[in-house]
Amino acid sequence: MSHPFDYTAVHKDVLKEIANIGAGNAATSLSEMVNQPIHMKTPVVHVVSFDEMMEKAGGKEEVQAAIHVELQGRLKGSMFFVVDPVEADEFVGLLTGNQNLSLLEGDSLATSAFVELGNILTGSYVRALSDFTNLEIHQSVPSIAIDMLGAMLTIGLIEISQVSDDAIMIETVFIDETTDKKPLQGHFILLPDPDAFQQIFEALGVEGHE
Amino acid sequence: MNEVLYTVKVGIAGLDIVEHPGTISTIGLGSCVGAVIYDEQIRIAGLVHVMLPDSSISKVSEFKRGKFADTGIAAIIEMLLQKNAKKNRMKAKIAGGAQMFTSHSREDTIRIGPRNIDAVREVLAEHKIPIIAEDVGGNKGRTIEFSTENLLLKVRTIQQGEQFI
Repeated sequence: MSHPFDYTAVHKDVLKEIANIGAGNAATSLSEMVNQPIHMKTPVVHVVSFDEMMEKAGGKEEVQAAIHVELQGRLKGSMFFVVDPVEADEFVGLLTGNQNLSLLEGDSLATSAFVELGNILTGSYVRALSDFTNLEIHQSVPSIAIDMLGAMLTIGLIEISQVSDDAIMIETVFIDETTDKKPLQGHFILLPDPDAFQQIFEALGVEGHE
Repeated sequence: MNEVLYTVKVGIAGLDIVEHPGTISTIGLGSCVGAVIYDEQIRIAGLVHVMLPDSSISKVSEFKRGKFADTGIAAIIEMLLQKNAKKNRMKAKIAGGAQMFTSHSREDTIRIGPRNIDAVREVLAEHKIPIIAEDVGGNKGRTIEFSTENLLLKVRTIQQGEQFI
């Protein structure tokens, strides 16, 4: 059996392209919700060890607010929408019109607004992914955690860690640069289950790696 | 002369040992379990960052031994024995095994934290190594550091800060 991640540049480009389409759709949703232009950086595909993955995502001990959804159907995996908690409060402020809500202090309105934001964004991402690949994909009910990044992201590695010591992380950063203050930033982290890659490549007519 | 304190860092699915007076740590345990095994007489400790309960679920034959409770704990015991630790003096402290999210449909994924805890307890029992202290379960991330000087395990969480067990 070949190494599970023996992919060529073409395969990586395909994964970048699906992230581009998915996150692009989510960025459009976000900019409609907050009524401000949101820019998206070029997606990056990391094939790295678990430790390196955490570093790329921002550092294991970094406290972040994360929304997690599980992808089900023909394409299985985990998706995270990750934002610095203080910046998440600013998003919550833009959505609710109330600037005084704090996720870290456990305001329930802040929590539900942020979960809803995550739900809509991951939903737009998944819908675009599903349309583009023609694969039926559902997402679970979203769940929130505000904690160390390393503690949160490992849940997306349960499946892949049974076949490999490496992870494939598809990351897209988006930025709201319209504010005078420090720009708001967030990222999508897609961690497909190992079987999902073949599904994607087959659906898009790209020769598999085997 | 004062000995310089140093810390051995263990990554995800990693394992290592440290001799007196060093400390050994691992960062950001969620559903993973950090298991420390030590021999207090010669002040040596090993730490494994367990991701999954049992190596029988691996679909490949080559993997980092620290990834699974059974292979990881066995590997640490071996390393400690090579440094003249005695198995009948070994004790353990464990932390982690949280459930960070509730968004899972698959039962095995939901329960991965508790399953890791159960597996670590079972494997330690098979090796007849008693668990002296533990901070497990819940829904919080943990960073841990074990000191060969005072044999305490420092557990840091976002909400509760630091505590020693």
